[in-house]
Amino acid sequence: MSSLSKRHKIELIAVGLIALFFIVIFPLLNAQGVVSNFTINLWGKYLCYALLAISVDLLWGYTGLLSLGQALFFSLGGYMMGMYLMRMIGDLGQYKKPIPDFLVFLGWTELPKFWVPFASFPFASAMIMVVPGLLALVFGFLAFRSRIKGVYFSILTQALTYGASLMFFRNDMLMGGNNGFTDFKFILGYDLRDAVTQRGLFIATAVTLLVVYAVLRLLSYTKFGLVQRAIRDGENRVLFSGYATAHFKLFIFLVAALIAAVAGALYVPQVGIINPSEMTPDKSLEAVVWCAVGGRATLVGPIIGAIGVNSLKSWASRAAPDYWLVILGGLFVVVVLLLPGGIVSIPGRLKDLWKRWSKKPTQPVSDSTPSV
Amino acid sequence: MRIFNRLILFLLLGGLAAGPARAALGARATLVEAMLAETEPRKIELIDSLAGEADPVIEPLLKAWREDALFLYEPAAGGARVPVLLIGDNDADDARAAQRVDTASPLLDAAGQPVRLIAADLNGVEHSSQIRRAMKAVVDLLEVTSPDRKKRLQAVQTIGFAQDPLQLPALLKRIPLETDPDVQRALREAVAVTRLNLPEAEAKLAALTELKTLHSLSSYDLIRAAQREAEAAGDKPVAEAAKSALWSIDNHKSNVNFFGTLFRGLSLGSILLIVAIGLAITFGLMGVINMAHGEMIAVGAYTTYVVENVFGSGVTLPFFGFSLAIPGMHTSGALYQSYFLFALPLSFVAAALVGIALERSIIRFLYRRPLESLLATWGVSLLLQQGLKLMFGSNNVQVSSPSYLSGNWTVNDIIFGWNRVFVIGFAAVIVFGVWLILTKTPLGLLIRAVMQNRAMASCMGVRTERVNMLTFGLGSGLAGLAGAFISQIGNVGPSLGQNYIVDCFMTVVVGGVGNLAGTIYSALGIGLVDQSLQQILLNPVLGKILVLVAIILFLQWRPSGLFVTRSRNLDD
Repeated sequence: MSSLSKRHKIELIAVGLIALFFIVIFPLLNAQGVVSNFTINLWGKYLCYALLAISVDLLWGYTGLLSLGQALFFSLGGYMMGMYLMRMIGDLGQYKKPIPDFLVFLGWTELPKFWVPFASFPFASAMIMVVPGLLALVFGFLAFRSRIKGVYFSILTQALTYGASLMFFRNDMLMGGNNGFTDFKFILGYDLRDAVTQRGLFIATAVTLLVVYAVLRLLSYTKFGLVQRAIRDGENRVLFSGYATAHFKLFIFLVAALIAAVAGALYVPQVGIINPSEMTPDKSLEAVVWCAVGGRATLVGPIIGAIGVNSLKSWASRAAPDYWLVILGGLFVVVVLLLPGGIVSIPGRLKDLWKRWSKKPTQPVSDSTPSV
Repeated sequence: MRIFNRLILFLLLGGLAAGPARAALGARATLVEAMLAETEPRKIELIDSLAGEADPVIEPLLKAWREDALFLYEPAAGGARVPVLLIGDNDADDARAAQRVDTASPLLDAAGQPVRLIAADLNGVEHSSQIRRAMKAVVDLLEVTSPDRKKRLQAVQTIGFAQDPLQLPALLKRIPLETDPDVQRALREAVAVTRLNLPEAEAKLAALTELKTLHSLSSYDLIRAAQREAEAAGDKPVAEAAKSALWSIDNHKSNVNFFGTLFRGLSLGSILLIVAIGLAITFGLMGVINMAHGEMIAVGAYTTYVVENVFGSGVTLPFFGFSLAIPGMHTSGALYQSYFLFALPLSFVAAALVGIALERSIIRFLYRRPLESLLATWGVSLLLQQGLKLMFGSNNVQVSSPSYLSGNWTVNDIIFGWNRVFVIGFAAVIVFGVWLILTKTPLGLLIRAVMQNRAMASCMGVRTERVNMLTFGLGSGLAGLAGAFISQIGNVGPSLGQNYIVDCFMTVVVGGVGNLAGTIYSALGIGLVDQSLQQILLNPVLGKILVLVAIILFLQWRPSGLFVTRSRNLDD
C-alpha cells in the first residue's frame, strides 16, 4: 500500500509540474515571444486531441467498449461551437449579409429558425453538451439495452458515424454541406486572429484537460471505477453479481461523449474550420491509434499518444507526405502485435528485461542451495 | 425497292397524297415538277406528296434547295427550263460543272459537251417560309424510314409530340410497313397523340382509348392538357375519357415503378451480397474482423484493370516511382471482350494471396482478440490503400466493360439494364459456388469442422492452422471477385474499398454472424429497403441514412441478426 501511495505522490507531483508548465509557463513564454504563435496554436490542437484520446480510453481502455463514434461527438461539439462562431461573423462575410455566407449561397434571405439562438454564447455552450449528450443517451440506451457488445458495438458506432457524416455532407441540412464552417472572426468579442485570444484558448484547453484528468483519476479510485474495470474484464460476472451493467455503460458512454464534444468545441476556434470529414469513422480510429500507441487503460497514455502521434503526423506530412498513411498503418500494426501496452509500458518492460538479465547468473546458485 | 413500290401502291390505293399520277413518277420527278411549278401552293402540294417516301434522293435535294444551291437553267436555244445543281470546284471563270436534277447526269449542250455555268448568272430555285416548312416536314418524316431502329423511334416520338395533324397521313401510312414492334407502338402512340389535337370529339375519344390501351407514359401531360381543355369547353365525354386514360396510365406507372424498384433492389442486394459474402466467411465463420476487406475488393478491381490493359494496349504504372510498363496484346473483337473471363480467376487468386499473406503475418496472432484484430487490420487497410496509390497512382482509373454488359432490355416500360441482370446472375453463381465448396468438397468439410469446434478438429488430426489460412484465403478471394465485378459498374480507385466496408459489415451483422443464408437474406432485404426508400423519398443519401437507422433499430429487435447461431457459451 505504501508503494502505491508513493507512486501516487510521484504522479501528483509530475502532473502538477506539467500542468503548471502548460497552463502558466508555456503561455508566458509565448507572451514573451520565446514560443511562436504557431507553436502554441499547434499545441492547443494537440491538447484537444489528447482530450479526445482520453474519451476513447475511458470507453475502450477502462470499460472495454471500442467506440468508433467518438469523432462524431467531437465534431458535433465542434459544429455547435462553429454555429456560434458563424453567427459572430455578423455581416463581415464575403456577401456582406447578416446571415452566414453558405446560407446566402443556398438562396436564403433570413436565418433558419434553429440558427437564431446560437448568437448567445451560453446557449451555444449548453448545446455543445446537450446535442452530443442526447445522441449518446439515445444511441447508448438502444445499444446497451439489447446487450450489443464487443465488435458489434464497434460496427454499430461506425455505422452511426458514417450515417451522420452522410447527413452533414448534405447541403439541405443547412450546416454548410461539405465545406462546413470556416472564416471565423470573433469569439466573445475577441478577435480570433489575435495572438492573445489564441493564448487564452490554449490555456482554456490545458485547464480542461487537467480537470478531466483529475476527475477521471478520482473516478478510477471509487467503487464506480472498480465496477467499470470489472465490466471490461468479465461483464457477465458483474451482471450476475447484481450490477446493472447497462446503466454503468450508458453513463460512461455519455461522459465520454461529453468529453469528446468539449474537445471538439475547443478545437474549432483554434483550427478555424469544421467540416464533415472530421466526422468519419476513420477519424475515430485515428483517435484509437493515439490511445493504443500511448498505452490504453492508463490516463497518461492517451495524452502521450495523442501528442506523440500528432507531432509525428505534422513532421511526416511535411517530410514525406506520401508515406504518412504507411507510417500510421504500420504504427498501428506494430503496436497491436508487439507493444499492446503502448509507450507507457516501455519502462516496465525494460525493467522486467533488466531484472531477468541481472538475475540470470545468480539463478542456478539460488536454485541449488536449498537442495543441498 | 420493294418497299418503295408498296409505298407507292399504298399511296395510290389510299389516295392520301396529292394525286396518283405524279406519285408514280418517282421522287426525283416530283421534285423537279415542284421546282418548275408556277405557284407556291402547287409547289407545297407537290412537296407534301413526298411525305413518308423513303427515296434517298429527297433529303440531299431538299437540302440543296433550302441552301440556294439549285438553279434554273434556260437553254440559249429556248425550250424547257432545267433545274440544275452546280457541283465540283470553281474554275478560272468561277464556273462549275452543272448536273441535271431530273436525271442526275451532267448537263450537255447541243453539241453534247458538258456545260459549265456561273452561279451568279443563273436564277436560283426560289423558296418561301411556307415551302421551307413543308420541306422540313418531309425531311422529318424521312427519318421515320431510316434503317436505324433508334433513329426511327426518336423521329416518331418527335413527330408525335409536335401534334401536327398534317403529319397524320404519313404516320398512318407507316404503321402497316413498320416491322419493329417498339417503333410500331411508338407510331400508334404518335398517331393517337396527334389525333388528340384534332378538333373533332370522335377523334379525341378514339385517341384517348388508344392511349389508354397503350399505357403511354410519355403522353401523360398531353392527355392532362386535353382533359383541362375539354373541361373548359364543357365536353363531358372527352373529359371523362381523358380521366379514365390518366387513371389507367397512373396505374400502369405505379406498376412500372413497383417492379422497377423491385428489380433495382434485387440488383443492389446482389452487389451487397457479392461484396459481403467474403466477409461472411472471414467475419462470420472465423470471427476475424477484417477491416482490410474493402482493400481486398480493390485488389480484385485493380487486377481486372491490369488484365484489361494486357488485352488492350498496355499500361504504364507509377510502380513505387519505378514506372513499370506492362505491354499489351492489342487484341480486339471477341477476344478483347472476353478479357473479363480471364480477369475473374486472376482477381480471385490475387486477392486470395494477399489475404493469405495477411493471415500468416498478422491475423493468426490475434484469433483470440477480436478488437485487436479490428485495429490491426485497419492499419493494414491503410498500408494497402497507400500501397495501391503508389502502385497505380492516386487517380481513379476506368475499366471499360465488355459490350455485352451495356444496353438494356425494356419489357412493358420496365427497364432491365444488362449489367443489373448480370449482377444478379453473378451473385447467384457465387453463392452457388460457395455452397458447393463448403458442403461438397473435403476443404469445406474441414472448414466447417474447424469453425464448429476447433479443439476437437485439432484432436482429430486436422491441421487447423492450415485450414484457417485457406478459409481466410477463400474469403479474401471472394472479395477479389467482388472487386472484378465492381470494376465493371464504376471507377476503380485506391480507396474503392472504403465505400463498401460499412455496408459489408452491416449486411453480415444483420444476417446473423456465422450464417451464410442470413447474409443472403439480409443483403437482398437491405437492397430492397434501400431502393424502396429511394423511390419514396426521391433522395439517395437520405434513403441510405434511413437504412442505417433502420438497421440499428432492427438490431434492437434481434440483437444477433436474422439467423441466430445457438450456443451454450454465455460470452459468444
